[in-house]
Amino acid sequence: MDALLAQSINLFAVVLLVLAFAMIAQRRILTLIHLFTLQGAALVAATLVVAYLTGQHHLYWSAAITFVLKVVLIPILLHRVINRLNVRWDVETLFNIPTTMLIGIVLVIFAFNLAAPIASLSASVASGTLGIALACVLLSFLMMIVRAKAVPQVIGFLSMENGLFFAATAATSGMPMIVELGIAFDVLVGILILGVFMFQIREQFDSLDIRHLEKLKDE
Amino acid sequence: MEALSLVLGIPLVGGLLLAIWGGGRAGQDLNAVVSFLTLAAAAWLTADVIRDGPLLVWGEWFFLDALNVFLVTLTAFVGFTTSLFSRPYMRIEVDHGKMTPGRMRLFHSMYQLFNCMMLVALTTNNMGILWVAMEAATLTTVLLVSVYRTAASLEAAWKYFILCGVGIAQALFGTILLYLAAERAIGGGDNALLWTHLAEAKHLLDPRILSLAFVFLLLGYGTKIGLVPVHNWLPDAHAEGPTPISAVLSGLLLNVALYAVLRCKVLADGALQNGLPGQMMIGFGLVTVVAAAFFLSRQRDVKRMFAYSSIEHMGIMTFAFGIGGPVANFAGLLHMTVHALIKSAIFFAVGHATQKAGSQLMEDIRGLIKVSPTVGWGLMLGTLAILGMPPFGVFASEFLILTTAMRELPWATPFLLIALGVAFAAIFSKVQPMVFGETSVRPLAHSPALLPVFIHLGLGLMLGLYIPPYLNDWYQQAARMIAGG
Repeated sequence: MDALLAQSINLFAVVLLVLAFAMIAQRRILTLIHLFTLQGAALVAATLVVAYLTGQHHLYWSAAITFVLKVVLIPILLHRVINRLNVRWDVETLFNIPTTMLIGIVLVIFAFNLAAPIASLSASVASGTLGIALACVLLSFLMMIVRAKAVPQVIGFLSMENGLFFAATAATSGMPMIVELGIAFDVLVGILILGVFMFQIREQFDSLDIRHLEKLKDE
Repeated sequence: MEALSLVLGIPLVGGLLLAIWGGGRAGQDLNAVVSFLTLAAAAWLTADVIRDGPLLVWGEWFFLDALNVFLVTLTAFVGFTTSLFSRPYMRIEVDHGKMTPGRMRLFHSMYQLFNCMMLVALTTNNMGILWVAMEAATLTTVLLVSVYRTAASLEAAWKYFILCGVGIAQALFGTILLYLAAERAIGGGDNALLWTHLAEAKHLLDPRILSLAFVFLLLGYGTKIGLVPVHNWLPDAHAEGPTPISAVLSGLLLNVALYAVLRCKVLADGALQNGLPGQMMIGFGLVTVVAAAFFLSRQRDVKRMFAYSSIEHMGIMTFAFGIGGPVANFAGLLHMTVHALIKSAIFFAVGHATQKAGSQLMEDIRGLIKVSPTVGWGLMLGTLAILGMPPFGVFASEFLILTTAMRELPWATPFLLIALGVAFAAIFSKVQPMVFGETSVRPLAHSPALLPVFIHLGLGLMLGLYIPPYLNDWYQQAARMIAGG
């Protein structure tokens, strides 16, 4: 039973990675939010399994915080924002999805190579998945670079945070509780500020296209 | 420990109070009072440290040693003088209709919370909390950068948030790796991220993990320091935000980020024993100095220009700490102190100059010496000081850095000298007509607060001629500690 559970960590890790790829290719903002919620759920499941296998009680708390934040609160906030801004059904034109996916694959290989020597040093049950965690971080980074709208950029930012949380569970058996609480608090405040911000941008430019935000340059 | 709880508690409570009553003129006075009380508490704390030596407080969660005690005092001091400067500055902005009572409440409340978070970042012993406080300090200033709600300020704040957010995420990954190394060396748990514990066991930390961790930490916190090529947020945020915020960003936040890198460097040096962290810092520092010097000559906006000057000076400090050794570290610490004082003084003078001219473009600012001689002299002396003219403190620290570089890294010295020369030519040729040119602008309605400018310049001058003995002790102790002694 435990062996099966240990295997399931890998399964959830793969789900996280596949979702990160799906986010890069997804054009609809609404679907993007669904994907982000799913990623959060996979993260919670992985954390719960690690918590059960290692018997680390504080990981249950960490899973609970992630659930409340990443699966409930932030998606609700994002839904409200896109409703109020009336961008629920927006479709973004993305340039050249296949190329982006290929760059993504290169990033994954890079991440695996970078993480391989370190993963073998880790004592955590999920140590093999450190490469996946780093790959998720880099893929979210890529997503933030290629997206031209504010909401997908923010989702990329949040999904990067997912990758980092997963890295913390995979490499170590969870950071100290106080640090995790602090990080969660920062993420929550950050998303609230970004929400306020999107309304300000919209008010100023009548659009959430951040290509308007490229005026400040050095002549 | 009462003094520390006051240092951290006063700005926190002040921030909450100012969120309610920070709107009117009374809010401006309350802001200055809160900052003064913080400074008084910091002075008390410093006196304790002078009397009792380094302290570990509250179950080792917070600590004060030679490296952070003078930064705490400096942060509280610049926080106080900036609050004095912001009183007349913000009154004029209110008169111009750029600030409303709501925005003033936001400004005052976030200003205090920003100070609080920087003080937490400086005093915490826990590398995780250090990260949390750095991120929180960014979050408090994001809405301040966009407080004027202009297109340019929104863009600057968005860049600031996203770039610093991504940067700080790298630092979090580095912190996770650090925790992984700590778990293997000294066991997991709440104490594994305490810096004092890590520093005791730094030789046991796994070098492979630490080298990767330091790359992420340097890049991550380096975004906040403004190291080239991850500096893009800095000139925008400095130019578009209100000037008091430019002053504290330049004078304080960049220092705190560099402080975080230094703490990480001590650990990485101990684990690696091959000087790699120092070499990386030398590389980043040198690229930053040279690139910033050449960007300087192309600026037209005065606040942008001095923002690039901050990047240049942060590069010099990073370079100095990269060389390492007691002398270069001493010079780096001195440079941190003097740069914070003088750069904020320059921003105070620039703030009043731009308000007079109604523009931040340097070609619109002329003849400050005629309209208001004190602002003109403040800007001129500040510029000379930051450019490294003797007898100001910047000269002393840059001289030490250059002579050490000549001994340790002769090939780097020409680059540094050229960069300093280019920066001198760029800044001086632009400031000179702003101060001495012809003008027809009328004086301002509220007389500017020039006391902070001259106090800062005076202190910068003093540090060039005479360093008080206890400060000297701290610099030397901290320099030895960073050098791995």
